[in-house]
Amino acid sequence: MTQYTPLHATHVAAGARMVDFAGWDMPVNYGSQIEEHHAVRRDAGMFDVSHMLALDLEGPDARNFLRGLIANDVAKLLEPGKALYSCMLNPQGGVIDDLIVYYLSDTFFRVVVNAGTADKDVAWIRTRMEATETRSTLAARRDLAMIAIQGPNARTKVWAAIPGSEPVSTGLKPFQGAFYGETFIARTGYTGEDGFEITLPAGQAAATWEALAAAGVQACGLGARDTLRLEAGMPLYGNDMDEEVSPLDAGLAWTVDMKDLTREFVGRAALLANGTHRQSLGLILEDKGVLRAHQKVFTALGEGETTSGTFSPTLEKSIALARLPLGVTPGDAVEVEIRGRRLKARVVKTPFARNGQALV
Amino acid sequence: MNIPAELRYTASHEWIRIEADGTLTVGITDHAQEALGDVVFLELPEAGRLVAREEAIAVIESVKAASDIYAPVAGEILEANQAAVDAPEAVNADAYATWLFKIKPTDATGVDGLLSAADYQASIG
Repeated sequence: MTQYTPLHATHVAAGARMVDFAGWDMPVNYGSQIEEHHAVRRDAGMFDVSHMLALDLEGPDARNFLRGLIANDVAKLLEPGKALYSCMLNPQGGVIDDLIVYYLSDTFFRVVVNAGTADKDVAWIRTRMEATETRSTLAARRDLAMIAIQGPNARTKVWAAIPGSEPVSTGLKPFQGAFYGETFIARTGYTGEDGFEITLPAGQAAATWEALAAAGVQACGLGARDTLRLEAGMPLYGNDMDEEVSPLDAGLAWTVDMKDLTREFVGRAALLANGTHRQSLGLILEDKGVLRAHQKVFTALGEGETTSGTFSPTLEKSIALARLPLGVTPGDAVEVEIRGRRLKARVVKTPFARNGQALV
Repeated sequence: MNIPAELRYTASHEWIRIEADGTLTVGITDHAQEALGDVVFLELPEAGRLVAREEAIAVIESVKAASDIYAPVAGEILEANQAAVDAPEAVNADAYATWLFKIKPTDATGVDGLLSAADYQASIG
């Protein structure tokens, strides 16, 4: 059954091209995906991300429960409002989902998970809650909407559009958020630009969106969201990692915290036993064409595979994330098979672009 | 929806102009370019290639995805539009002014199966 965000009617009224995304009827663009992409790199754009799910975990042992649930360590969250990116692993060390967890108080954490995985995430977390006999409770907040406003001018435009937002958010550091009233405003995103993600009651979403549009924030669809995150070198669940892939092989070792030897999070033993066999690096296509997911990559050290690919509006070239043999290094020349032909590509470090600048 | 009455169409979203000499000029419809989004790459057939009706002979890539373009009739490719290859965004700007290839039908009756503007409109709802 198709699901709709609180902003669905707003998108349709604006003439957005709507597509199915993980069971949600979502805007892919409002005209030109490339123009929306540039708006975020150069000015400010906004995305309806209400299809993602906020989960509120509350209770006296919430922190301990999360320390066992996810691969990154929430023990390092000390300042209220601070956010942490992490994978949630299965016992085999595969990625059930990637998520952001916000530390709101010692007894209150908010976890934001992907739309397409939300149901299985909730089921898994509840299974873990029973297994660990936690005294915490979990609430799925489908009563909330989420709007991401991103770009070099995103913060000032938010302050102009949303009364009361400036005093609470002006001092926020990257990856930190704060409540004002029922609204949570965090300096996070998925584009490689500065900006905010605002979580607010569903009933206020349309008016807030309109106010942001009036302040000159470009409405952007999921199309631009994908090209922006790929330029920023950020992985997409289901493409760049999934339950069959270890975060160590997906370029996400930096999110796996092994420092506390006594912390027995799910998947830890499997990661230690299996080690690292692959790495994630960027590719830039030097011949003409467009890289896509699941194309074969031929390197001097064996075969690899693209996991995400697209045309980069900032570089005006095709780029990809690829899972490659260990030992392949940035600068290496490789070939990618596209429709039976081998095209030339170059291995690069990610991100490809960030803060309005091409980096490769 | 922009569907010029003087052109013919396929259910796979190609438009076809029947020229005075019986050759065909082919592009993709406005409906198709809108569904694809920003076009960034075209791979067109070489002149002289013999193609079958409904054979996938060209590829159009938008930022979003790659799609095949099909031969509307059996015939020989006469020419591909290099200007479109060099500036693929022209397909978005004006899908009917941006032809992709010209084809000489093997058989003059090959065009009989093509859709009229009204039929194409009906096929896309």
